[in-house]
Amino acid sequence: MSPEEFNEQLALCQVLPGPNIVNFSVMFGSRAAGLLGSLAALFGLLGPPVIFMILAGILYRRYGELPELRGVLAGIAAAAAGLLIATSLQMIRAMVKNRLTTGHIVAVVTFVAAGILRMPLLWVMAVVIPVSIAFAWWERR
Amino acid sequence: MKQDSDIFLALLMNFALCSLMAVGGANSVVPEIHRQAVDVHLWISDRKFSELFAIAQAAPGPNVVFVTLLGHYVAGIPGALVTTFAMCAPTCTIAYLVARVFDRFKDATWRIVIQAGLVPVTIGLIAASALIVARAADRDAATFLITAATFALAYWTRITPLAALAAAAALGLIGVI
Repeated sequence: MSPEEFNEQLALCQVLPGPNIVNFSVMFGSRAAGLLGSLAALFGLLGPPVIFMILAGILYRRYGELPELRGVLAGIAAAAAGLLIATSLQMIRAMVKNRLTTGHIVAVVTFVAAGILRMPLLWVMAVVIPVSIAFAWWERR
Repeated sequence: MKQDSDIFLALLMNFALCSLMAVGGANSVVPEIHRQAVDVHLWISDRKFSELFAIAQAAPGPNVVFVTLLGHYVAGIPGALVTTFAMCAPTCTIAYLVARVFDRFKDATWRIVIQAGLVPVTIGLIAASALIVARAADRDAATFLITAATFALAYWTRITPLAALAAAAALGLIGVI
């Protein structure tokens, strides 16, 4: 696969819902070797981290309440929150540069509905996705 | 106490639905996973949710393995396998089915329009995820400062985020938090 093909394929995967890199591995495996290729790519990508997470889960359930570990966990939880805020602001910065106002409205409405009002995501998506696609279509004309 | 099969069915249904709603990646559905696991089903506390999220972020591998860790906390190894399967199977099936015809749509207007329409939704959802994780993790001045410092490091410098996670873990270990 050339770097161009790689980028193209990854961009295409972003239209599909679900974990991007997982979808990508399935598509890549399928192109390389059909169904078996997909399964091999999927298990290759997810197998080791899933086993690692199960081991981490076992340790967490056994030792998660130890006072020494409580501090460590509180620390990494706070740091992980900071990383996610940074990711989020990077995306917002890119949007503010590139997109027209309808996209900003959709992003704010989605944020308020899902993050502040804590509405069921299915309801939120049923409204914002058609509206956002309609806006995108309208702006493209 | 609920029957085991009820828990597995609930995990399967919830995460399969989340899989299909995860526009832009697994982190987009963190608000919904949090709502279901913490508020609706009472499977886990707010604090523990943020801790498991952090462990999954710090570990190597795709973000989606957060659902493996959460599934394990809720219902052991079978729970971990059910949530992982539910989160991946629906969209992987779609990805497999469209893999061969997908290239044809590369320049199709409808694909470009749908993709453009999904971007602001993803941005709103990731911001909501950040808010929810930060509210769960920041319990006092020390944790708030760690979040702020990690944000600043990740946003304004090129230092690897793992350094921030390691430093925060060390501060926790020596009892600052």
